[in-house]
Amino acid sequence: MNFSQYYTANDHFTIIPAVMLALFGCAILLFDFWIFPDPRQRKWLLIFVVLAEIFTGVGLYRQQAWLAGQSPSMLQGFGGAVTLDGFSVFFNWIFLVAALIVAVMSYQYLEISNEHHGEYYGLILFAQCGMYFLATGTDLVVLFIGLELMALSFYVMVGFLRADKRSNEAALKYLLLGAFSTGFLAYGFSVLYGLAGSTKLQDIGDAIAARPAWDPVVFLALATTSVGLLFKIAAAPFHMWAPDAYEGAPTPVTAYLSVASKAASFAFLLRLFNGPLQSLSAEWEPILAFIAILTLTIGNLAAINQTNIKRLLAYSSVSHAGYMLLGLVANNAMGTNGILVYLMVYTFMNLGAFAVITAMRRQGIIGDELEDMAGLMHKNPGYAMLMLVFLLSLAGIPPTAGFLGKYYIFLALIQSGHYGLAVVATLYVAVAIYYYFKIVRSMFIREETERAPAASSLGLRLALGVTGLLTLVIGIYPEPFLELAKTSLVR
Amino acid sequence: MRVIVNDMPNGYIPIFIFLALAISFPVVAIVAAKLIRPSAPSLTKLEAYECGIKAASDSRGRYTVRFYIVAILFVIFDVETIFLFPWAVRYRALGWFGVSEIAVFLGILIVGYIWAYKKGALEWV
Amino acid sequence: MAEVPVSWFLTLSAVLFVLGVSGFLFRRNIITVFMSIELMLNAVNLTFITFAYQLKQVNGHLFAFFVMVVAAAEATVGLAIILTVFKNRSTLNIDDVNSMKN
Repeated sequence: MNFSQYYTANDHFTIIPAVMLALFGCAILLFDFWIFPDPRQRKWLLIFVVLAEIFTGVGLYRQQAWLAGQSPSMLQGFGGAVTLDGFSVFFNWIFLVAALIVAVMSYQYLEISNEHHGEYYGLILFAQCGMYFLATGTDLVVLFIGLELMALSFYVMVGFLRADKRSNEAALKYLLLGAFSTGFLAYGFSVLYGLAGSTKLQDIGDAIAARPAWDPVVFLALATTSVGLLFKIAAAPFHMWAPDAYEGAPTPVTAYLSVASKAASFAFLLRLFNGPLQSLSAEWEPILAFIAILTLTIGNLAAINQTNIKRLLAYSSVSHAGYMLLGLVANNAMGTNGILVYLMVYTFMNLGAFAVITAMRRQGIIGDELEDMAGLMHKNPGYAMLMLVFLLSLAGIPPTAGFLGKYYIFLALIQSGHYGLAVVATLYVAVAIYYYFKIVRSMFIREETERAPAASSLGLRLALGVTGLLTLVIGIYPEPFLELAKTSLVR
Repeated sequence: MRVIVNDMPNGYIPIFIFLALAISFPVVAIVAAKLIRPSAPSLTKLEAYECGIKAASDSRGRYTVRFYIVAILFVIFDVETIFLFPWAVRYRALGWFGVSEIAVFLGILIVGYIWAYKKGALEWV
Repeated sequence: MAEVPVSWFLTLSAVLFVLGVSGFLFRRNIITVFMSIELMLNAVNLTFITFAYQLKQVNGHLFAFFVMVVAAAEATVGLAIILTVFKNRSTLNIDDVNSMKN
């Protein structure tokens, strides 16, 4: 009848990758017991994950190709509820790569942990589906549902090791604090809706711009929404959940959480702050600058004393969120570009670092203590060298990709005249080098304490190879990747 | 809003009558019983009534975990039906589009149901 | 009988929200903490419906539907996680769930 009125070809084009992800996610839930009832065959479910990502990738590629020929290069679907642009495509590529790498590096870890269930792969896809809508949505309802789909999948994945006390505890803390922040965010949304009488970001932006500065209602909406979002990106003082959730979760899930969930939350943050909240930039810039410095301070100083590598990397990821927030404080095209480049390189180097920790998982050893890494150089030089590359990149040392991310953030800060912030941020790089070096020292100088060989499934080696290669390639020959980030800025 | 204001006294009269009845019924019953019945209190009469059998334990004991699993499943499948209401209200206007949307929605829900069933979540072990 | 002003509803929902937040911060039983979160989400629903009523729109009602479903999904996942925590530790006091420390 009036089919085309509610669901046009345009609408379909804007969400096709998400449809694929949801379809394959549901299919994996069913195939889990229909096709592969034997736990030993479960790793073949990976085929469906790869298939799902291929279909998603084709959809994304078509979107990208279509957008390249458009001016202005964007497409709105569902009456403006989702917006396809370079920004959304860029983020969705990050999510796709992260999900794929995490999926292939997981199965050996789960088998050793005796918790290899098919739902795991479904959850990875569902989480990615939620992220798709976080990067693409321009309506509060869509963004809210996307955020919750992602968060709920992550709650389950963090607590996936049901018999493990730490995993339970991590899931509980993540769930309670995550739901708490969702409450704040939803309250902020309700006030925004009341202000604008619409849930579209465009209308909300117009309504806010029409209000006087420091309007108490606008301030309430800004404050509650920001608290909810800062929770999600683990910025201080709302970072308390991150160390516990990162430490207790299965290592591949920690990798996914630290990379994809953070990128998706930043996509959301950028959509809001560069969109409807842009007219309030004079108000939120100083607040965000303060929060960014606080985040850098807490993340870097707390990381120094950690003996658990996952916990150390959790605090380091808190500090990375601080750097990215500085890009938002600069509030210019260079800053946004810096955040995108930072997120791209962060994806590869952080996934790589967690992949090495995943490889340390052996029968009875989680492999996330500094002790477990001792003497890795003598036993497994390949892993040790890769870890060195990832750590150098995380610290931001020049020949690696990590330098690039920090470079653009600093450039943006200098361009916008925030010299003080740039100096402080540079100083913290020195602190970061110190605690990353603790891991390096453990790997290269100390004697090995653990004789059992490290895990080395095909998927894990593949993940390590890809992340290691890209961390180096982006560092040495960055032009095509920078071009990708730049085209995604064009609105 | 104005409509509601005008209707308010009339619309609420049945509720007030019902409220008065609801309060008076137990009060009248208890007072009447108190006046009529003979009074002979004893310890046995004050015990908790459990189908005439002697009370086995405190009522604040723990339930078996199965109840929680059923409760969890109930919550999710119960609340999901909320999405059927808007469709039911606009059933005619949405036409076949609405039907197909709901089919997609129910399809996803059924996948979840099959999954829960196959995982043995519905069995009372 | 005068009509109830919209601001009263908004004040009520703000009070409920703050009650939920303080319940989250000060209660020690995990289930109670979880109920506080549900209270926060219900306060959000009240705000949405008040605004929808004031603006004579349906958007707010729809958002409230989504918030309700999300709250139910969160309750489901939350209860499941709380069950596994209880199975492994036999406690529901939030202060006793702290095996990971700095």
